[in-house]
Formats: sequence, structure tokens, C-alpha cells
Amino acid sequence: MPRINSPAELEELRKGILSKRDPNKSCITLCSGSACHASGSADVALRIEEEIKKQGLSAEVDLRRTGCHGFCERGPIIVIHPEEICYFQIEPKDVPEIFSQTIKEKKVLERLLYTDPITHNKIIHESEIPFYKNQERLVFGSNGNIDPKSIDDYLAIGGYSALAKALSRMTSEQVLKEVKKSNLRGRGGGGFPTGRKWEESRHAPGEIKYVIVNADEGDPGAYMDRSLLEGNPHSILEGLTIGAFAVGSHEGYIYVRQEYPLAVENVTIAIKMAEEVGLLGKNILGSGFDFNVKVHQGAGAFVCGESSALMTALEGRAGEPRPKYIHTAVKGLWDRPSVLNNVETWANVPLIINKGADWFARCGTERSKGTKIFSLVGKITNTGLVEVPMGMTLRDIIYKIGGGIPGGKRFKAVQTGGPSGGCIPEDLLDLEVGFDELTQAGSMMGSGGMIIMDEDTCMVDVARYFLDFLTDESCGKCVPCREGMRQMLKILTNITKGKGREGDLVLLEELSGVAGDASLCALGRSAPNPFLSTLRYFRDEYEAHIQEKRCPALSCKELIAYHIDPDKCQACMICLRKCPSEAISGGKNRIHIIEQEKCTKCGTCFELCPPRFGAVKKISGEPVPFPIPEGERILIRKSKEK
Amino acid sequence: MSQILLKIDGKEVGAREGMTILEAAERAGISIPTLCHHEKLEPYGACRICTVEAEIDSRPKLVAACLYPVEPNLVVRTRSEKIDKTRKMILQLLLAHAPDAPALQDLAKEYGADKDRFEKEASFCIHCGLCVRYCAEVKKKNAVGFVDRGTRREIGFIPEISSKECWNCKECFPLCPTSALQAAYVLTEALMTPAISFKPEKEE
Repeated sequence: MPRINSPAELEELRKGILSKRDPNKSCITLCSGSACHASGSADVALRIEEEIKKQGLSAEVDLRRTGCHGFCERGPIIVIHPEEICYFQIEPKDVPEIFSQTIKEKKVLERLLYTDPITHNKIIHESEIPFYKNQERLVFGSNGNIDPKSIDDYLAIGGYSALAKALSRMTSEQVLKEVKKSNLRGRGGGGFPTGRKWEESRHAPGEIKYVIVNADEGDPGAYMDRSLLEGNPHSILEGLTIGAFAVGSHEGYIYVRQEYPLAVENVTIAIKMAEEVGLLGKNILGSGFDFNVKVHQGAGAFVCGESSALMTALEGRAGEPRPKYIHTAVKGLWDRPSVLNNVETWANVPLIINKGADWFARCGTERSKGTKIFSLVGKITNTGLVEVPMGMTLRDIIYKIGGGIPGGKRFKAVQTGGPSGGCIPEDLLDLEVGFDELTQAGSMMGSGGMIIMDEDTCMVDVARYFLDFLTDESCGKCVPCREGMRQMLKILTNITKGKGREGDLVLLEELSGVAGDASLCALGRSAPNPFLSTLRYFRDEYEAHIQEKRCPALSCKELIAYHIDPDKCQACMICLRKCPSEAISGGKNRIHIIEQEKCTKCGTCFELCPPRFGAVKKISGEPVPFPIPEGERILIRKSKEK
Repeated sequence: MSQILLKIDGKEVGAREGMTILEAAERAGISIPTLCHHEKLEPYGACRICTVEAEIDSRPKLVAACLYPVEPNLVVRTRSEKIDKTRKMILQLLLAHAPDAPALQDLAKEYGADKDRFEKEASFCIHCGLCVRYCAEVKKKNAVGFVDRGTRREIGFIPEISSKECWNCKECFPLCPTSALQAAYVLTEALMTPAISFKPEKEE
């Protein structure tokens, strides 16, 4: 590809690409993000290619392997353009029929369509499916339309026009002013105003400055940055280059965890392509501005998502945070001014430059503007990535988009903000999602993880789980975090085992206070949040565990017991045969009983007992009823009435 | 260098730019407890025992005195209910590992810390990093380092280096506030000895 030297040449190139594309030609876009890849999209792709070859359709049909479409629950997903027919959970064996029916005959295959769970209507187009319909996919939307390995695809949708605009028609001050005016706040966790961070770096003394992409996404269950980097790497490079121009930096880094191989691959290809075309490197678009980007693979430590730890790791040392009494924007990587923004933050920048700060700020709340991508996981019907305007209520996200809680269970809490975020209970479901709103509710925005929990989730165990994660992921440098978490985890583990003591909650609060006030970095300072927020909204569960040795959610193994209700047992032998520890005795026409000392509480009997009998009971906080005496175990069946 | 005036415990204190609160306090004869600080080493900020209260944007905030750079008109308090509570908890957490360390016992007396507040975990090392940093920064040998992270973090000698360097140095021993360092060294020595007896010749 020839190198382009001006915005005009960029437009020429774009025109050239578009002129070669026939908008009426059939194009199958297939989600090839990590989630769909795991559910077999690579095999589907091969099958489609085979079919194109076999039928000699290469002139009529294109296959485009795109990034994540978001609806991971239903992957692999394909969309057939230009009709935009959307098929879900495609298997290789579906491909011939898709070709013979949809591609050739233009007939829709009902069985592959999305079925609305309420109306049971079949839905043909992506945009009409409730999961998509209620989103506003400004940043994430292009993922489904472009092949991340092709710069042409990104250029075809208007890519790099924001960079051309910034470099040719704006001064660096104007770019900075626009971003400041948009009120864009950091999507990675803290929600610090992006423009202010840029400004601080811009004005900091020093010739050499750095801009860095934080792609060290480490929250359990969160994968929006991964999907963006995998699916639309050029949008991040474009944003980064614009940021570098505003700050006066000529060197950028992408810090991406090594566990994201596809993201590493795609962004590396994107950099190479941008360099070849002249959108990175020396004298970009003839503006005189030079900028280079390097990819750095992190070894995968949660703490390296923290800015100073990330920079320490980039310098080649163990990823430990350092004090930030002087901001990293002034003294960061190799002690030089460094702007670190999250993947999603950078991806917002081209939109702001192209469409203006006012356009960007038109959606959102008073203090949180734009959209936010969340990864909706846990006990939710529609697992996936969703992008919504700031200010949407949790209820709308969970029910309108997420489709509510599966299995007829009741919603209990939503955990936002990653391990150091918090749990928000049912009565706050109408909370509008924004940085400050979530913080006030005792949680935080974080990078956008949303873990939905239903009535079977024990909130004490949730706190224990996250503390366990953080104890493991703490760098171990400072005492309040390393030692404080160690003790908190011990106490919480004891509580879930029925060994909680009077005074435990006070001690946990004390430890939380010290970790929150005196830890070196944000990981330690926010580490008590999983405990504090669950205590705030679910204190009764803690008290039940400590005082009554009872787990209200019937989840903590050491506090529950299974027993068989002799009045309901039909001696069907199902549980008896399947019990892995042979703890159930009984026989044909002999009512079954569970020998408690043998029971490992695996729950198999509870799950297998036919619902029409419902004889196996799970109990907590009460003594297990004595098994009925031997002599009374003969089952006397009631005569079946006609 | 311009003189910076700040207030520590109500006392007007002069300091040079680039100094930390700890250095300014020491100059004024105000004592702030430390465990991981050493004048020959870069500030580290790990033990947090030097936590003090500084008024930032007219709100009191806990900061590490060994790291926080002095600012004009900064108001600092080195003792308060909150500071003492924090120090007490830190000491109790450390005493679970090294209940007999004199440095901790003295401070425990001052702050009313109970050495039995938490269950004992006999690892002895309080991860102050003095040995690791002294060896790296002053001796430039890196014979001892941290291994692993989080609660599994430990100090350990690197046999290949320590077999050459440590015999004649051992300058880190007196720095250790507990006996953990020597124990780690003895262990390494024990691990190294058979290897050395097999290969008496120098490898280089």
C-alpha cells in the first residue's frame, strides 16, 4: 500500500477502497472474538469458506471475520449483509442451508433466528433484538462490521478521519480543549477527567513524554477492553495518536496482558499497517508530527492495572505500585510525564474529535458523559458486552438488555467495579449508572464489570471470594494491604465456616479502615470495598452466619445440611444411586435417609430429586431432623386415584 | 535552594525543596517512627508506620511521611487518634509474624499494640525490604530479593550470587529488624553447601 502524506491523500485512499466495494454484494460477518472463538466460530468460518469455494461464489459473497458483537451468550453469531439477517449459535452443519436458503433464495431460516423470550416472536434483524435495541453502541458498534486485521475496513467506515482533522485543522491546544470540554472521564476505574490528565502532562516540564494504553484488564468477568482491542484496534491507535498530539508525546505504549493473545496479535498487525500507510511514524499525514507505538505484553498481574505499577512493569521491573504524591502525568514512566488511559477511554477520543464535545456530552448524566461498555455476567439471561448511555438505570441494563435472571430466581445484588468495587442490592436497582452515583452507593464504576447475583448467592461468601482474589493479587509491598487482607480473609473464611465470633465485624471494619486510609496504592485502599458494601446492605447475612451459624442463601457448605423429608420421599432410588459418597441408604419401597457423617454436601441429591417429589431439603441454622426409625421406613403408597 | 516553610505539630519548620515530611521533621527534632526507612536508601513507603496527617485541600489526609514531599504552608500532625490507631493496627499485624522483634516491641508499648491480637504466623519477616534494597542500592549485588507476591511474598537469597558475594559482606544482617534475614541466609547456605562441595573449582 502506498504511503499517504496528507489528509487529501487519505480521503483519496478511502474513496478508492469504497469504490471497490459493492454495497449490494452479500457479506457474511462472523463474530471471531475470543468468546465466539471458544464456542466454535473458527470452524464455522472454515465451513463458510469451503462453501463459497465449492459453489464458486467468491464474486458474490464475502466472509468477514469481525470482532465481538457483544451477545456472547448466543455465539457464534453471523449477520448477513446487506439484509442484516442475524443468526445465532451457528454450527458448521448449519452452513450449507444458510447458503442454499438465505444467500441464494433470500429466505430466512427461522430456526437460527433469535426468539423473543416473552412474545416468542422470531426476530430477523440485530437492531430489533431487545439486547441490542436498548443499547447505544457508539464505541463498540463498529466491532461487528470490520475485520480487525484489515485497515481498509476501518478506513471504509471513516477511520482516521478524526486524526486527519486533529492534525490538519486543529491545534494541539484545540484538541485538548475539545476533550476537556467533552468531560470524558477515565473508563478504567477512577473516572478521572481525561482532559485534565492530558493538560497536566502537556504542561509538565520535559521534552520526552509518553502516552500509554492500559489494556491490563484484570477484573474477573470483565472483557470489554479485550473485545475492543481484538475487534477494533485502529480506533484505539487513532485515539492514542490524537492524545499524543495534544500532549506533545512522540512515543506510545500499549500495555496488554499476555493472556490476551488475539488482542496482542490484532493490535500488532494494526500498528504495522498504520505504519505502512503512514498513519504512524514520521510526519504523519504531512503534519510534521511524529508518533510511534510499541506493544508491551504484561505478565498478567491484577495490580499492574494500577497506573504506577503498570509503569514500573513497563520499565522492566516487578509490577509494584509506587507513591503518586506527584501524579504519573508529571512523573510517570522513567520519571517522565506520562498519560495513561484505559482502552475504552482512548477509543472515545476519535468520536469526540469527529463529532465534537457537545455531541459527546449530549448523552449521559450531569457529571458522567457519553456511553459506557459493561460486561454483563453471572446470573443473567443475556451474558455479553453492552454499551449504554451513562445514566441508564441498573434495572434497565439488567432487565431490558440483560433479559433478567434465569431460572425463575430472584435478583439479589449486582457487583460492579471489579474486585475492589461493591455489591448493590435490589432496592437500589433504579440507580442511574454514573461514576459518582456508583461511588455514593458504596461501589464504583471500575472498568465496567457487572456481575449479577441471584438469591442463591451468599453475600458473605462473595466478600470472601473477592478478598481471596485481592489477597492473591496484592503485590505484597505495604503492610495495611498485605497483612490487613490476610487477616480479613482469615476472618471472613471463618465466618463462612461457622466459626465467626462476636467482635469479628468490628475488627473487620477496623482493618478496612486502616487498609483504606494507609495503603500505598488504590488496590489496597479499595480492597475492603467488597466487605464494606456487603456489610452495608446485607448485615443481616453476616449476623446470621456469626450468631445463628446459618447461611440464609443456603450456600456456605459448612453451614448447611441436606435431609430427606420422609413424608415426601417416594423411594425412587435416583439420589441413592447417584450419591458419590454413598451417604444415602434405603432401597426399593424403603424411604431414603442421608447419613450426615458421610455426606459431603455436594448437592447432587438435591438437584436430582424430581421436582414433583421435592423430598430432598437443604437447611441451615437448624438441627437436622432425626432419620425416621428403621421400622417406619417401609413406603406405603397411597392408592392412585383415577 | 529555596527554603520551604511548613508546620509540623504546630511548630514552624523550614525545609529544602525535594525533602520529605520525615526529613523535615527529623531536622526539627520531631520524631516519627519508621521501620522500612534507611537514610542510605531510596524512600520505600511499605511499612506505613510513619503515617502522618497532612492537610491537603484543607482536608486532613493520611500520608506516608517518608515519601510525601514538603510543600509551602503544609500543615502536618504526627500524632492524632487516627494516626495512633493506624500505627497500632500496623504493629499488631506485624507482631503476628515477629512477636519478639525488639523494634516492634518498643513501638507496641508506645501505641498500646497487643501482640496477640492476631493468630501467630511464624514467618518472622516483616517485608521491610531493608536487606533487599541495601543489597541492590548500596552494594549493587542483588544477592537477596523478594520472591512471589501478596501474602506469599518472601525474601530469598539467590544462590548463584550469594555464594560469591555474601560470605564476606553480611552488611544486611544488622539492618534486619527481626531474625528472618539470617534464617533465610542460613537456609540458602545450607542449600548451597552440597553444590559447592561437588564443584570446588570456580565456575568462571
